[in-house]
Amino acid sequence: MTQPPARTPWQQVRAQLYQRPLALSALLVLVAIILVALLGPLFSSYNFATPSWNEIYQAPSLRHWLGTDALGRDQLVRILWGCRISLLVGVAASLVSVIIGVLWGATAGYAGGTADSMMMRFVDILYTVPFIPLVIVMTVLFGRNFLLVFVAIGAVSWLDIARIVRGQTLSLKQREFIEAARALGVRTPTMIIRHLVPNLIGVVIIYATLTVPTVILFEAFLSFLGLGVHAPLASLGSLVSDGADHLQSQPYLLTAPAVLLALIIACFSYLGDGLRDALDPRAHH
Amino acid sequence: MSSTPLLKISELSVGYPSRAGTTRALDRVSLDLSPGEFLGIVGESGSGKTQLLLAMLGLNAQGAQLAGSISYRGHELVGASQRTLASVRGRRIGMIFQDPMTALNPYLTVGTQVTEGLRLHQKLGRKAAWRRAIELLEAVQIPEPERRLGQHPHELSGGMRQRIVIAMALICEPDILLADEPTTALDVTVQAQILALLRELRTRTRAAIVLVTHDLGVIAEVADRVLVMYAGRVVEQAGVEELFSSARHPYTLGLRRSIAELDGPLPERLPSIGGNPPNPAALPAGCAFAPRCAQAFERCLGTPPPLVSVAPGHARACYFEGKLEVSAP
Amino acid sequence: MSAAALEVRDLTVRFALAGGRHRVLQAVTNVGFTLPRGETLGIVGESGSGKSTIARALLRLVPASAGVARFRGVDLLALEHEPLRAMREHLQIIFQDPLASLDPRMRVAQIIEEPLLEFRPRLNAQARRTLVLAMMERVGLLHSHLNRYPHEFSGGQAQRIGIARALMLEPELLVCDEPISALDVSIKSQIANLLKDLQKQLHLSVLFIAHDLAAVRFSCERVLVLYLGRVMEIAPRDALFSAPHHPYTRALLQSVPIPDPRRARARGGAPLGGEIPSPLAPPSGCVFRTRCPIAEARCAEQVPELRTVGDSKVACHRAGEPGLNL
Repeated sequence: MTQPPARTPWQQVRAQLYQRPLALSALLVLVAIILVALLGPLFSSYNFATPSWNEIYQAPSLRHWLGTDALGRDQLVRILWGCRISLLVGVAASLVSVIIGVLWGATAGYAGGTADSMMMRFVDILYTVPFIPLVIVMTVLFGRNFLLVFVAIGAVSWLDIARIVRGQTLSLKQREFIEAARALGVRTPTMIIRHLVPNLIGVVIIYATLTVPTVILFEAFLSFLGLGVHAPLASLGSLVSDGADHLQSQPYLLTAPAVLLALIIACFSYLGDGLRDALDPRAHH
Repeated sequence: MSSTPLLKISELSVGYPSRAGTTRALDRVSLDLSPGEFLGIVGESGSGKTQLLLAMLGLNAQGAQLAGSISYRGHELVGASQRTLASVRGRRIGMIFQDPMTALNPYLTVGTQVTEGLRLHQKLGRKAAWRRAIELLEAVQIPEPERRLGQHPHELSGGMRQRIVIAMALICEPDILLADEPTTALDVTVQAQILALLRELRTRTRAAIVLVTHDLGVIAEVADRVLVMYAGRVVEQAGVEELFSSARHPYTLGLRRSIAELDGPLPERLPSIGGNPPNPAALPAGCAFAPRCAQAFERCLGTPPPLVSVAPGHARACYFEGKLEVSAP
Repeated sequence: MSAAALEVRDLTVRFALAGGRHRVLQAVTNVGFTLPRGETLGIVGESGSGKSTIARALLRLVPASAGVARFRGVDLLALEHEPLRAMREHLQIIFQDPLASLDPRMRVAQIIEEPLLEFRPRLNAQARRTLVLAMMERVGLLHSHLNRYPHEFSGGQAQRIGIARALMLEPELLVCDEPISALDVSIKSQIANLLKDLQKQLHLSVLFIAHDLAAVRFSCERVLVLYLGRVMEIAPRDALFSAPHHPYTRALLQSVPIPDPRRARARGGAPLGGEIPSPLAPPSGCVFRTRCPIAEARCAEQVPELRTVGDSKVACHRAGEPGLNL
């Protein structure tokens, strides 16, 4: 019997994405932003940290495409660096929280019973912890530390994923192929890694993609409050914070980072939506 | 029967165009249905049997392209307006689906659902509709009909639900009753009850019944005439006795012989048809059954064989002229 | 070592239902049978008969409430976690819905080699691949199928994959839970033939659970008839199909459509009336009495014992009565 050639799930996802121009454009824009953020500063003669006292508060010009800030530093380079930092924090913290969330949720969902209850009660308790005061306390205790930002954000964002993964696991558990694996004597850890996680990947990717903008926004919020990255490093959030102080006099200091931040968040959101549709097997039949 | 056909289907094709090409669910199917006739349609997955029934009611999915003609009492149904179709559906042509649980609304009581049809199509008032509903439930042999009307579908057994679905299809005393695998989801003892009911209804109401199934045993029990479908085409058509005693298409014969029986000599191996059912999205050129046919030869790979009469009332679509064998793989 | 591969006594499975009212679903009650080594025992019944529950209870996929299942000298139902896992090597199952029983994210090669990963850890990838290919050939799959995903296959092919997986460890006992019901008609006979061949080649003892009586007649040497979780009749195949003793068995055989129009219409007799009672409230005494054409007063009072009548065992107070006309 002639059969169409085998298509891996990834090829199918790609094909589905091609049919969704919005998600595809979002992906392309993101890739473009990442490339520019990574490579851009290499082409600039300006350093993001060195002050230049005779060039402060310059409006956008041919020398400084986006103007200069309070210390005369080139805004364009600073924004690109800020972009790097925001994306780094966003992706890295999301990755960490996804890994923790998936393992926690899958284990709780599959184990069921008391273990499940206890694990999810723990999640509920963490939900109630007020985030900002916690970060403030940690800052007071450990000083302003880039790593601290990571840990703080990661510690909170895994909760949503854990809940979602647990829900998915509960329904997966009923599926016959899981029963077949149990009949084969597959042990719980193997079951989770070999059978559950691959079938959860779809959901996880979607929520990971949607977690990134949340995390970036969190970090921006922290920076806005003065709790995030510290000078001379900048994130889009800290740039927005600095820019907001000069809204009246140097509006260009706020506009560029704010627009870029909004664009990145929007792109991740559209991409996440597109992936959700693309990965839903029922939507294709 | 020499009476004019109630339903005349000519060269009906149903296709679903997509970027990858058109999936042909039905390919130039023709059939005539006389009043009071019990027509059985046999087919497996990909045969197009369900699409055929849906086409008769204009219920094919969005994006379906229909060609050919379906003429009900002289009225053309292909391309007809929604109004025409709606007036035919339910009133003149009733349908019974395979899974009664999905055909019935789980949130409404049985009474509400049965009377809804009555009030819609026959404009009966509440009391009159209720009385008629009870009559209908009695007609399908449901004990304690008043009580059942107040119950919800999940409170009833599978067999009972299917009877309700049949009752609802009968509301407007249609000329034609379409049944898509009505007993497949039921236990064999309940199936026997439902088949007996269908036979009795046909005698009593003189409605024509079109029953689609994959089960040749069911066909043998109830049908007068049989259409065998494969990959969207009719491959054989004959009176039921003729079909079982002298099938002339390799698929029909293969299907008949591959069925295990309750009595008679016990074979060491069941004769079976090799290969796999056709994929409607990727049909071969020529006869769709050729890849699995023990008799296939060159001609079969070229163009699909036309449906040709081999005896009065018996037609088949096959190029092979010799004696049919079914090889056991 | 006895000649029986599996001996089941008094198997009972009860499910407590959620929701305050303390309702108990009696799925299986006091089922007992013997499966001789190398033979196939058919378990037939309609919905609510408990046949699938028996399969799952034997594989410890659902807990049994009572009973003994002797297999390889031990009671399967009493095994602790680790010994049970070790025992799984010898006891495998194939499922009704072939596509649902395969992990949609795994390739065929991975699906079929999984048992080796679990029980033959010393084999390297190459050795595993060789065994997988050999088994695929045995069940009629092509080498080119190795890297495909389940959704790319038809029902019949998917069932072959499931069979290959179940047989990788050369189990002694194979439980088939409705292995052909979900398949297309033209494919059923292929898979039925395949199972018969494999049983002979691998000397399997098989439990063939189905509602299709004709298929059971083809595949099994002995048959057990279940109704509402209880055994109605156990008999050698020929005895059951030519001279059934239990009224339910007779009704069942009468209800099966005959694929021959002349004989079908010549067959008289009304179909069995009524419906299967709810397993939440089974009738007292003999559970079949509510639909039985020959039920008497004592059928409501006493649960009939499984008695020997000729070659068969029948649970009916009136079995073996002379001149019994059903």
